[in-house]
Amino acid sequence: MNYVKQVLGGDLRKYTMALILLLVLAIFHFLTNGLMLTSQNIVSLLMANTYVFILAMGMLMVIVVGHIDLSVGSVAGFVGMMSAVMYKGGTGAPWWVCILIGLGIGVGVGAWQGFWLAKMGIPGFITTLAGMMVFRGAVIWVAEGRPRPAPPELKTFGYDYIRDWPPGVREHLGVNLPTILIGAVGILIVVFFQFRSRAKIGRVLGETPDLSPVIVRSVLIALIMGFFTYLLASGRENTSVPIPTLIVLVLVILYSTLTQRTPLGRHIYAVGGAKAAAALSGVSIPKTYFFTLFNMSILAALAGLLATGRTGSAAPADGNMWELDAIASVFIGGAAVTGGIGTISGTMIGALVMASINSGLNLMHAGSDKTMVIKGLVLLAAVALDVFNKQQGRASITGRLFGKKPGEEIQELTDQKKDTKEVEEAVSAPATPQSS
Amino acid sequence: MADGSVILEMRSITKDFPGVRALDDVSMKVHRETIHAICGENGAGKSTLMNVLSGVIPKGAFEGQILVEGEEMAFSGLKSSEAIGIVIIHQELALIPELSITENIFLGNELSSRLGIIERFEQEKTAKDLLARVGLTQNPRTQVKHLGVGQQQMVEIAKALSKDVKVLILDEPTSGLNEEDAANLLELLRTLKARGVTCIMISHKLNEIAEIADWVTVLRDGKAVADYPVEAGKVDEDRIIQSMVGRTLDNRYPTRTPKIGEKVFEVRDWRVEDPNVPGRLLAKDASFFLRAGEIVGFAGVMGAGRTELARSIFGRNFGVYKGGEIFIKGEPVSLRSVKAAISHGLSYLPEDRKLLGLNLLDSVATTITSANLKAIQNGPLLDVVTELKVAEEYRAMVGIKTPSVQYGVRTLSGGNQQKVVIAKWVFPEPDVLILDEPTRGIDVGAKYEIYKLMQRFANEGKAVMLISCELPELLGVCDRIYTLCEGRVTGCLDAAEATQEKLMRLMTTLSTTN
Repeated sequence: MNYVKQVLGGDLRKYTMALILLLVLAIFHFLTNGLMLTSQNIVSLLMANTYVFILAMGMLMVIVVGHIDLSVGSVAGFVGMMSAVMYKGGTGAPWWVCILIGLGIGVGVGAWQGFWLAKMGIPGFITTLAGMMVFRGAVIWVAEGRPRPAPPELKTFGYDYIRDWPPGVREHLGVNLPTILIGAVGILIVVFFQFRSRAKIGRVLGETPDLSPVIVRSVLIALIMGFFTYLLASGRENTSVPIPTLIVLVLVILYSTLTQRTPLGRHIYAVGGAKAAAALSGVSIPKTYFFTLFNMSILAALAGLLATGRTGSAAPADGNMWELDAIASVFIGGAAVTGGIGTISGTMIGALVMASINSGLNLMHAGSDKTMVIKGLVLLAAVALDVFNKQQGRASITGRLFGKKPGEEIQELTDQKKDTKEVEEAVSAPATPQSS
Repeated sequence: MADGSVILEMRSITKDFPGVRALDDVSMKVHRETIHAICGENGAGKSTLMNVLSGVIPKGAFEGQILVEGEEMAFSGLKSSEAIGIVIIHQELALIPELSITENIFLGNELSSRLGIIERFEQEKTAKDLLARVGLTQNPRTQVKHLGVGQQQMVEIAKALSKDVKVLILDEPTSGLNEEDAANLLELLRTLKARGVTCIMISHKLNEIAEIADWVTVLRDGKAVADYPVEAGKVDEDRIIQSMVGRTLDNRYPTRTPKIGEKVFEVRDWRVEDPNVPGRLLAKDASFFLRAGEIVGFAGVMGAGRTELARSIFGRNFGVYKGGEIFIKGEPVSLRSVKAAISHGLSYLPEDRKLLGLNLLDSVATTITSANLKAIQNGPLLDVVTELKVAEEYRAMVGIKTPSVQYGVRTLSGGNQQKVVIAKWVFPEPDVLILDEPTRGIDVGAKYEIYKLMQRFANEGKAVMLISCELPELLGVCDRIYTLCEGRVTGCLDAAEATQEKLMRLMTTLSTTN
């Protein structure tokens, strides 16, 4: 038990949703007679959900800071449409100008919404509800109600793969070599950081962690990353890692670092967790608010551009309800409605759970009506499970799997960034008498 | 039965909380149609007594008896005490700002028809009469948010009158009011008395008690130490003060020999306006200074403006700045934001630990570094390993008991949480450390450790500003003590010459003779 903990890095609870993701994948793999975990399906799942991943990253920060952004679908749709309208079927601006204009719109919209929240004190819900209506209307307005062809160059970013190279490798080995190389470098980097961090803890804190859990952890990481690398590399000819997925990966690394390892990230959690205490610690609340909404709209613009690239045209209904997919991913990924809690990695797992359910049901020809019903119930169940999980004196699902006693839970609960009143009650009671 | 002039009697009330005896065999009689003042230091047991009286602490949860007009009562909650005619008005007003005066008066006791529909016009008519009785001329349909604090207090009283009040309990009724509103309120209490309402008033303000009280009860450490009739206008304030503080200092404070250096921090003519009540100044031309190596106390009753003054100085975190200058080592500085205050070497440990000091979702380590992330920054990134290292250093320094600095602050006891907050504010290595009620709500052992820490910081050459409600604490650890009364600095005493009596007098009187 303790060893498992050492390997996984202390806190098992954060793996609950990851386990559920694996379970979902396995169940659908079984139900669809092995269609789920095929290269082709995973590739298309990743590609089709690019916009959810990107929007959910921004949404995580907005929700952690204690607000919500309802406008992201409309903003994405508007940006996609503007890129197409400016292009005018090749007679207007060049494709790269269209992209710059699209991102510029994201910057402008972000500054606009950030201004109303941070400077004028209009709650994010209202600011972005207005934005949702304004930009949805604007999409239909500029589109004059009909779909428009997008710059074909956008396809590179939204609907393309790393090509097979050098020639002949695919024929001989049956894989996409660049993908394998990227995967291998990725594994090396991650494993390198595992060992570097161990060395640093030893140097700075004077207590080097045991070597064997680090090795086991590195092997596990290598196996998982290796499996998915192979899965992606071994598909049809000239298909492999989608370019948009590479963009998402870069963003995940960027935003994980931002939220976990920079002062700005700390400020976002501080403002969401205890606004008054953050203000008294020298954090500027307006600046933090402004950044989260500003950043969200830029990501929405990017999501809109990539989605337009994927379909090759912009339609007036593009982006409809995307905000809900993003919000659902964030909450399934363990964020708290009250703010202050949530991670990028959790959110990505939340988004993958939703995407897998979508994809699995699609493979089973369930139809979008039933898919929606099931997705709604999954959202409710996931959050209910999370709340249930954190209630006093009850072992979590993961805890039970590893045979943990309820008592150990409470300590851990408070150890991590998770919330609920029950925790507070559970902890404050035993904590008081043992005061120094 | 007992003599008819006694409307309310308490017999041998004792109430224990875990670890504390809040009330210890308190007996008192309240006479019909009098204004009965109850005073005592913070923590003397006044609020507990009021909670017992109003049924918030129900029969059975305390020992002793309550008799109203000779009959023993068994209150089960606020409703049952109100049914008898005992109504309490708390220090924090309990009105709903968005509702009208009428709706507030009848909230929870709506006059409704058999179908459950509120009788609006009946209510409004009654509300109008009640407002007239408390001297308000506002339209009863006015939303409460449009009223000033003084008028809201009157609405509270009107609400109490609507319940056919016999005994009206007021907890610090003038603490949030400006002088004019306070005078009006006292006048109203006199009028109510003439009309047959008995008032019990909890107050720190001796001048008010002297003005209107007919009877004084003093509580100290849960005991009624004095209980005697007075003649309004001729109250011996010194006698009350002696009863309030008459406690001996025992060995609860570590000793030290101060090494006091140069003036490092000075505030001149500081003025702050209440953000909610325009025109009400919370700090009135406050001037003071701190020297290196010195622990300087700030004494004042609740509402004297100590916290407001401190938070205003700390980067204008509270209130509306209306003037005043700050000098650090003789140089004038302008601290317009908390960030600026921190970078100029100020730290402020807030009074409300849970709300203002901590993010309960954080770990010990992330809390300690939260006011000084610069120190663990490595380029654009935070160095989380170094963070653990410095957190561990500060944990050891202030003596936080936790299995690891990665534990959540929520798991710690109050005293340990307070030490985490202290570590957080020492971590930026301030020159001036402002501590606002650093020992509130923590046990004696942890208090002693915190005093030792304060002395250690002072010995390192920092200036320590200690705001505290507990006079013995100020006398025990400070080198010099300022007194504040209603936003004014009313005195400054060296620890050697200060006594609780002297401080209490300066804290409760506005005359600046010193």
